[in-house]
Amino acid sequence: MSTAHDSHDKGVDAATGTPTTGHEWDGIQELNNPLPRWWLWTFYATILWAIGYWVVYPAWPLVSSFTPGLSGWHSRSAVVEQLADLQKLRAVSSAKLANVPLDEIEKNPELLNLARAEGRVAFADNCAPCHGAGGGGAKGFPNLNDDDWLWGGTLEQISATITHGARSGDDEGHQGNMMAFGPILTKAEISDVADYVRSLSGTGPKDLPSVQKGAAVFAANCAACHGEDGKGNQELGSKNLTDGIWLYGGDKATIVQTITNGRGGVMPAWTSRLSPTTIKALTVYVHTLGGGQ
Amino acid sequence: MTAAALKPQPPRKTEPAAPAEEVLYAARRAIYPQSVHGRLRTTKWVLLAITLGIYYFLPFVRWDRGPDAPNQAVLIDFPTRRFYFFFIEIWPQEFYYLAGLLILAALILFLMNAVAGRVWCGYLCPQTVWTDLFLAVERLIEGDRREHMLADAGPWTLEKVAHKTLKHSVWLLLAWWTGGAWVLYFADAPSLVWDLATFQAPTVAYASIAVLTFTTYTLAGHMREQVCTYMCPWPRIQAALTDEYALNVTYLYDRGEPRGSVKKAAVARAAGEKAGDCIDCNQCVNVCPTGVDIRHGMQLECIQCGLCIDACNNVMDKISRPRGLIAYESEKNLEARAAGLPPVRRIVRPRTVLYTALIALVGGIMIYSLADRSTEGLAAIHDRNPVFVRLSDGALRNAYTVRLINKKLEPRRFVLTLDGLPDARIAVVGTESGPEGDVLTVGPDQTLEARVLVTHAGKLDAGASIPVFFRIRDLTSGETAIAKDHFIGP
Ligand code: SF4
Ligand code: SF4
Repeated sequence: MSTAHDSHDKGVDAATGTPTTGHEWDGIQELNNPLPRWWLWTFYATILWAIGYWVVYPAWPLVSSFTPGLSGWHSRSAVVEQLADLQKLRAVSSAKLANVPLDEIEKNPELLNLARAEGRVAFADNCAPCHGAGGGGAKGFPNLNDDDWLWGGTLEQISATITHGARSGDDEGHQGNMMAFGPILTKAEISDVADYVRSLSGTGPKDLPSVQKGAAVFAANCAACHGEDGKGNQELGSKNLTDGIWLYGGDKATIVQTITNGRGGVMPAWTSRLSPTTIKALTVYVHTLGGGQ
Repeated sequence: MTAAALKPQPPRKTEPAAPAEEVLYAARRAIYPQSVHGRLRTTKWVLLAITLGIYYFLPFVRWDRGPDAPNQAVLIDFPTRRFYFFFIEIWPQEFYYLAGLLILAALILFLMNAVAGRVWCGYLCPQTVWTDLFLAVERLIEGDRREHMLADAGPWTLEKVAHKTLKHSVWLLLAWWTGGAWVLYFADAPSLVWDLATFQAPTVAYASIAVLTFTTYTLAGHMREQVCTYMCPWPRIQAALTDEYALNVTYLYDRGEPRGSVKKAAVARAAGEKAGDCIDCNQCVNVCPTGVDIRHGMQLECIQCGLCIDACNNVMDKISRPRGLIAYESEKNLEARAAGLPPVRRIVRPRTVLYTALIALVGGIMIYSLADRSTEGLAAIHDRNPVFVRLSDGALRNAYTVRLINKKLEPRRFVLTLDGLPDARIAVVGTESGPEGDVLTVGPDQTLEARVLVTHAGKLDAGASIPVFFRIRDLTSGETAIAKDHFIGP
């Protein structure tokens, strides 16, 4: 390589007695302090190491696959192994959770923490896409932190809802839904009853003339499910209309839409997808978000 | 190169002779350091005994902390994430103590450097200490410099094979013990020794020992000065930090030159000519563990171990000349001597004062924070989804996850209260509020996570975010900890 510089004078540095390479920049000479030989060997060793690595581990991409390596190691199988280890590690605590009745868990701080920890993870994996990361809900998906429950907020009721769902096709699941009144009521009647519903919770004014008219429509059409007082019925999943908490929205346009077209959001049944212990943990987690009864 | 190399000095022998071919790689020159006796050598032995003694035996020192904590004085406990150092116990979030220690170590290194150059390299660096130990083993088995060189140059005899085998076995044994001592810092030492001996210890322990055996054997037995010359960054950093007042191992060329035999010097002196004290006996070169000739001035390879000082002092004693032809001297002093001025000694200089002040400051902060370290702690995280909840009765609720920390080695009962929001109700999920309030029990040396619901019935301004303070109070000792957060409205 350096033969190109043969035109330069190679000399000996006066101060140190070291030979120079003949390279010079702005009067600064490059001294030739040779690298130690072992350094070179180290370099060759790294090359050998790399080749060994190719042989042992998956390394080279092929057209539709890759060279698998002799060791058979694969990041995918490594994850599977680690998960199995984790399961083994958790077996003890899972067993504890499985053997304790649902209503005993919250009385034992250790079990409560265990259930909440497991429940939090299961919630993030399965429930958060609809209910939000912390169960805060969204339009059409109930907020699980408040004390307003469509199908009931006791441990038993929450467990049943998770297990069998609502309008999920599961025979044991919750069935009721909000029917569409568009074909039954006139537009004016729907508007009146919407004003009435809004007045129940103080969301809308109480002294409109339409509220009076709406009350009559409500008694004839809605009270069967939502009750005379509009407080709803958890057997049917009919909403409490007096508490100012809305699933789809409490503005007039949304309520008119709800009455006209009906509602019937689906909560899937989790019984086939989650283990009983996981459902137990999820139940405790949701129950302790704050609204549990 | 430091400025010293540019001072008028005896010309350096041009070894190796300028090669005709451009050489890119050079084989390592074998170095056979000769044994030496003297003050500095003794100092080095003492330091070696102390530092290695600490390293090898510290894990076995016991320290009683009660039933809920290990009784090993120094222990890095990864599974429970604790670091124990005698009466100190560090949690992972207190890692800044380690950062402080590292800063202190760097500053002390700088101070050492300002006072006496690479004194760290020569006396305390593990590379030097272990190399010294390995060299001692080598001399014991293969003989001192001359004997060893003769044997290496000679043919392979049964004795030579026996010597080499023995040497490498002892080296490996020492290296293995070094690795073994290392892992003892990470688990209960006596039981780990037993587990290691009965092949029940975790794989990682054996792997660590194997790696450290290999590195110790290689670095201290085979690489030696090559580590200092080619691998270690400190010599380079050090060269940029030093100044002309720093004491360095220096050959006083003005006193030593011209070199010559004792006889020649006597003749010259009788004739009234200048004669140097250096008799060119090469003792200083022979004892040097890095193969340097210090008479060429300060060099990168020199680790400032001072062994050449001992060697030359012994020579001076023999020829009845004053000691100190090679001595710890500053560049400033060398100039002063050349100009015939009295020697200057300035340990107290802006940089040493600054380093000392910084060391005192950092050390002071650390001691203060350690002494003032609270044994309880509280952290709060506000729920992010939902940020607030409207309840059926119109009240607003915020939820928080709080974590209580108990750094004492006994269980403690804390009562949790909230300040900053007068009419708020506070409830801890999973606990009944008793006559003492919301009481939480945290196990010894543990933390406890709890979900706390804060409900506020009054009206809040739109977009309100009210600062609130969670407070825990130890029901027995009255110690408190506070965590700040916010109560957020629509
Ligand atoms: S040991 Fe002292 S006298 Fe001997 S060569 Fe070195 S400097 Fe000169
Ligand atoms: S020249 Fe002297 S001080 Fe420097 S490494 Fe050699 S013996 Fe030690």
